[in-house]
Amino acid sequence: MADSPPVLPESRLGSTLRRDSWWVEIIPVVVVLGGFGIYATLRAFEGTYYSWGPYISPFYSPLIDPQHHWWPFSPALLILLGPLGFRATCYYYRKAYYRAFFLDPPACAVGEPANRKYRGETAFPFILQNVHRYFLYLAVLFLIFLWKDAFRSFFFDSRFGVGVGSIVLTLNVALLTLYTFSCHSLRHLAGGKLDCFSCASFGRARFSTWRGVSLLNERHMLFAWSSLISVGFADFYVRMVACGAIHDLRLL
Amino acid sequence: MMKEATLRVFRGDSKGGQTVDYRVPIAPGMVVLDALHYIQGHLAPDLAVRWNCKAGKCGSCSAEVNGRPRLTCKTRMDDLPVDQPITVLPMKSFPRIKDLVTDVSWNYRVNRKIPAFEPRPGVEWKISQLDVDRVQEFRKCIECFLCQNVCHVLREHDKMEQFAGPRFFVRIAGLEMHPLDGRDRAGLLKDQLGIGFCNITKCCTEVCPEEIRITDNAIIPLKERVVDEFYDPLTMLFRKFRGDKVQSV
Repeated sequence: MADSPPVLPESRLGSTLRRDSWWVEIIPVVVVLGGFGIYATLRAFEGTYYSWGPYISPFYSPLIDPQHHWWPFSPALLILLGPLGFRATCYYYRKAYYRAFFLDPPACAVGEPANRKYRGETAFPFILQNVHRYFLYLAVLFLIFLWKDAFRSFFFDSRFGVGVGSIVLTLNVALLTLYTFSCHSLRHLAGGKLDCFSCASFGRARFSTWRGVSLLNERHMLFAWSSLISVGFADFYVRMVACGAIHDLRLL
Repeated sequence: MMKEATLRVFRGDSKGGQTVDYRVPIAPGMVVLDALHYIQGHLAPDLAVRWNCKAGKCGSCSAEVNGRPRLTCKTRMDDLPVDQPITVLPMKSFPRIKDLVTDVSWNYRVNRKIPAFEPRPGVEWKISQLDVDRVQEFRKCIECFLCQNVCHVLREHDKMEQFAGPRFFVRIAGLEMHPLDGRDRAGLLKDQLGIGFCNITKCCTEVCPEEIRITDNAIIPLKERVVDEFYDPLTMLFRKFRGDKVQSV
């Protein structure tokens, strides 16, 4: 038996007795989410190279006023608030960015910056997270346009064909659909809000829907990341083809 | 020669203390609580450790092992690196009484704020299995308070007066989603139990020894119910037109 010094660590940023590399978890979030934020901002303001042949970038769809009749800036700026708001208020992304960017907390049982007044989601601006379901409604609307774009991407000069871009855009909208339909708010609206499935109107159907959304919801994080990467890649692909840096390969 | 590990255990009380190193022989299948019992039996009979079942069901032996909130009876020694001392500290969020024993009575005071189950008037006492399945998960809670201990709202920000903590959101979820219950606790959740302070960083889910999906299945559904009543104008309007009367707390 031997006495050993210090006891409980003082509460300050990063203080912990954890021996594992807890910071490893937040680095990919900072890199991927931060990188995506920078890329998306640059692309939104660029205002060119957003379509080629039957392809249109998901950052610009639905395309509004491309001829600048009444909107002098990039058309992407008119629509980006929808998808941006959906991701920013998403229950999964909230966890990711509160940890990685706000260090609130940086990881479980790890100290936070000292002397910070914490109000969580009880006050502005984070109280606005409560409007997530309205962004969900918008996201469903966007999906309709994106599925239409994916369908159109298989028609080159009115003839059926398959290009790499067709597959990229279709895969992207499929992942976006999985992300949207695994949403926590949708799970609530589909049936989670009921106390008694067996007593409600259409209770059985709502129970089945709720159970289906719950199954998807278990993989919400996976769909959040894969759809984020796919939407960025789809835009990048369309841009590369549109600016002539690469040629779209026709498979069929 | 029998393998040994060094346990660096907190010794002290509410006024202060220090960690003390103990050498403990490791036996196959040994858990940290076994090692603490060895210390009690052979090296420091006055070491205070709260425990009961040693089977992960009573929720008594919560502590912080190598900085992670865990049940000591479910933490195997062979899962820990024994080449350096294994730190065993009391739960940080609660006042220390002695050594590894903390005063968790704050939790029982919070619990008293929650209105108990109250059946809807004239309800038929018959429950369908599909309604039971969802709330069954919440009944697994063993009240180890590891989720309360790790929650940064309590651990780092000391919001004991304004925030109930994940354990009690699990309890309320079990009541709110009960098919026969007639109470509405959304107002209580928002105003007195501070569910808005939770920023859903999921540490409670990570440490739960019963693997209850606290954030996804209890806290987020409750947050959505609070949105229904206080932040969603369409739902509020719809409820008003439908003439919904809720027995709010």
